[in-house]
Amino acid sequence: MGAEKTRLYVGGSILGYQRGKRNQNNNTSLIKIDGVASRPETAFYCGKRIAFIYKGKTKRKGTNYRVIWGKVTRPHGNIGVVRTQFRKNLPPISLGGRVRVMLYPSNV
Amino acid sequence: MVDRKKAPPRVGISAEGRSKTYKSRGLWAIKKKHGGKFPSHPKQEKAPVAAAKAPKYYPADDVKQPRKRHSTRQSTKLRHSITPGTVLILLAGRFKGRRVVFLKQLESGLLLVTGPFTVNGVPLRRVNQAYTIATSTKVDVSSADLSSLTDAQFVPKKAAKKKGGDKFFEQPEGKKELDPEFLSAQKAVDGAIAGSLEGELKGYLASHFSLRSGDRPHLMKF
Repeated sequence: MGAEKTRLYVGGSILGYQRGKRNQNNNTSLIKIDGVASRPETAFYCGKRIAFIYKGKTKRKGTNYRVIWGKVTRPHGNIGVVRTQFRKNLPPISLGGRVRVMLYPSNV
Repeated sequence: MVDRKKAPPRVGISAEGRSKTYKSRGLWAIKKKHGGKFPSHPKQEKAPVAAAKAPKYYPADDVKQPRKRHSTRQSTKLRHSITPGTVLILLAGRFKGRRVVFLKQLESGLLLVTGPFTVNGVPLRRVNQAYTIATSTKVDVSSADLSSLTDAQFVPKKAAKKKGGDKFFEQPEGKKELDPEFLSAQKAVDGAIAGSLEGELKGYLASHFSLRSGDRPHLMKF
């Protein structure tokens, strides 16, 4: 029903995992959401669902596309980066990749 | 020494002992007045209860009593931005991006919305408020009668299973027809709302919401 033309998500880039100087924490990924440049601006996105969409070699459920769902947990730093957690940790190959930050659950 | 009367007693320990409390409460005076006994009401005679008949049989198996529940399910709080007539943007599902009119919150906490169907093709539907954006636009829905609409109408009715093995030879079912009751309810509601829509508002409801490049939803005023 014309859903393809309707974009209801904001893009984001996967920066890496939460980490210190020597250790990294694979179950938290840092994401930079497009157009968000400050910490207060991230408030809108906290709790929102994120989809990491990738392509697999074999078809599952009739499609080659697969998705790992996650959510924005909290801001990270002061330049609009957010911490996120996914149901399955993002694979290392996803670093530098893109995610979709959905507009739901909405509280507007 | 610490004044025991003034010092707060520890939890579970009274500030004064039993006999001292008895004295200070003046119970002795009451007892003395009534001849060494506390006054009491005479016991009310209970009406005799008819003896319960013994059951004809004793259940062979123990019947489990359902556990008492102390917690009650709280109804979902409606967001302040959503009031009857608010235009909502649906965020997910088959009708994502569509603008619909909010009618009322149902018992289950879900929102009852309509396109109206004649305007943008969205029928009477239930949606979760988490999957909607409330806009500042309002539509007048006071003329629509919504009292008869409940959750039960949206639960798909299960077709009775046919017995027998000749299912193989059955003709494939044709297009499923909608419940006429539901259709008439939708017509009544949509007729009441769509009639009051002006040209501009109608066009607004018919249009989709979508993010274009450069759009920043966190800065938008819906």
